[in-house]
Amino acid sequence: MTRRAASALAIVATALLGLAFAGPAQAEKLIVSVSNARVMVTPNYSGGELVLFGSVERDNPAPPEQFPYDLVVTVIGPRSDMVTRRKERKFGIWINMDSRQFLMVPSYLAVFSNRPIEAIAAADVRRRQQLGITHTLLTQRIGTDYADVVADDQFRTAFVRLREERGLYDEDPAAVKFLTPTLFRTGIPLPAEVPIGSYEVHIKLFGNGELLTQTETSFEIAKVGFEQFVANAAKQHGIIYGLLTALMALATGWMASIVFRRD
Amino acid sequence: MQLYLPIADLPVNVLLILAMGAAVGFVSGMFGIGGGFLMTPLLIFIGISPAVAVASVTSHMAASSFSGALSYWRRRAIDPMLAFVLLCGGIAGTAVGVWFFVLMRSVGQLDLMIALSYVVLLTAVGGLMVYEGLRAILRTRRGEVALSGRTGNRNWIHALPLKVRFKRSKMYLSVIPVAAIGLLIGFIGAVMGVGGGFILVPMLIYLLRVPTSMVVGTSMVLTLVTMLVATVLHAATNHLVDAVLALILMVGGVTGAQFGARAGQRIRGEQLRLLLGLLVLAVGIRFAIELGIRPAELFTIRETGPS
Repeated sequence: MTRRAASALAIVATALLGLAFAGPAQAEKLIVSVSNARVMVTPNYSGGELVLFGSVERDNPAPPEQFPYDLVVTVIGPRSDMVTRRKERKFGIWINMDSRQFLMVPSYLAVFSNRPIEAIAAADVRRRQQLGITHTLLTQRIGTDYADVVADDQFRTAFVRLREERGLYDEDPAAVKFLTPTLFRTGIPLPAEVPIGSYEVHIKLFGNGELLTQTETSFEIAKVGFEQFVANAAKQHGIIYGLLTALMALATGWMASIVFRRD
Repeated sequence: MQLYLPIADLPVNVLLILAMGAAVGFVSGMFGIGGGFLMTPLLIFIGISPAVAVASVTSHMAASSFSGALSYWRRRAIDPMLAFVLLCGGIAGTAVGVWFFVLMRSVGQLDLMIALSYVVLLTAVGGLMVYEGLRAILRTRRGEVALSGRTGNRNWIHALPLKVRFKRSKMYLSVIPVAAIGLLIGFIGAVMGVGGGFILVPMLIYLLRVPTSMVVGTSMVLTLVTMLVATVLHAATNHLVDAVLALILMVGGVTGAQFGARAGQRIRGEQLRLLLGLLVLAVGIRFAIELGIRPAELFTIRETGPS
């Protein structure tokens, strides 16, 4: 009996010791929740916002604050292949000449933090943790090679710029707000043409330039309504959709010939 | 009144599209043409991607040519044999056209190809029509009698083999040039989103010497079938046919065509042809200018789907 108690104590002591040596990485826990796990987008949807709430839980209750927490939230939409093309002047007209294929890149990408990412972590940490759009991997196929090129590559820059113009890529270093030192919130803007599918949300907590802990959550965008039904039908049942459209054309033409018949 | 177009992926004003359909319908009724060569460019100019514009207008053309073909059928102004031979070529041409469309799209040159084919075809046809129209007007001013379209001299086309009797047109003609014309029109129609009537009618009159009473009705049958085939093929391969857009265009188009047809009867033939020529030429030149101007955005992104 006493021996068992003693060994239990020893285990707890070792665990505590281990925790102490492991440093602050084990001390914090993130608890997050999005305001809506399944967003229904109707045809007249003109953009909206999702809210992510979270709190930092600590094992030892409220130690003296040596350094404030930093938070980076990365939202990654469904991935797909995209081609970026560049026009050049040839024979007096503008023609698509060079192109790059981007493989399985996020259709939506948003990076939110409570202060500029450069101030949160050092360059090598940013690269390793893929913090910010410039450090997010956008794989290109160049000939037979698969690689992400330097951040200031023409095609990569143009790709990111075009996505940003449509509100599909976004970086906001002031979006995350700490309501108390441990309670935070951020808005996730969803533009009108937000792609449908499942979205991953990566939340990373930093302190003193080091990654303390991280967690993940997700939400889904679904489009509803007649327009989406038509779009799905066109993509999934092309031939039937085409036949129905052809029938519709015949019906309209026939109706017109009856309505406007003069002979 | 905003409406979201599911395939074009773009919100549009329903009344604007309806008005465009009606305006093009008016012009098409006035000149007795399908109007696809005006509708497709208009859609491109308001921001719909050329690929979706071409694919959707094919079903619009099917609707307007069907109502036309029905009334010509009632007046017995269609040559079934001629229509059949044209269709044999036309359907094949449409299939090749859609295949070419898919190919161009995958190499990223579809928009350019559509623009170029509009420039070439419209400036050539428009230029010819203006030239012909001006000459005809000058002739009547000088008081000369206009030459009739059907002259007695026979050309090389009548020397080709595989001759068939086209009863209603009272012709005895080889099927080769007829099917070849059908093939060409089917191809152009599928690639450019036009019915092709504005090329087909002159070809039937001047090359094959089809009687003018049969020309318009028969060409409408070809337009109807090639455009129906193009709609189904574009929907099956490219998923680019926007049925919502097409329906609005159809409703506007068939209505406008009725008023256009009435207006057309009050204008003299030569002036009508000159007007149409100027219109065709203007659209062609608009495309040419567009190609030469440095675009505001040199880069474009296209989603090729999850792999």
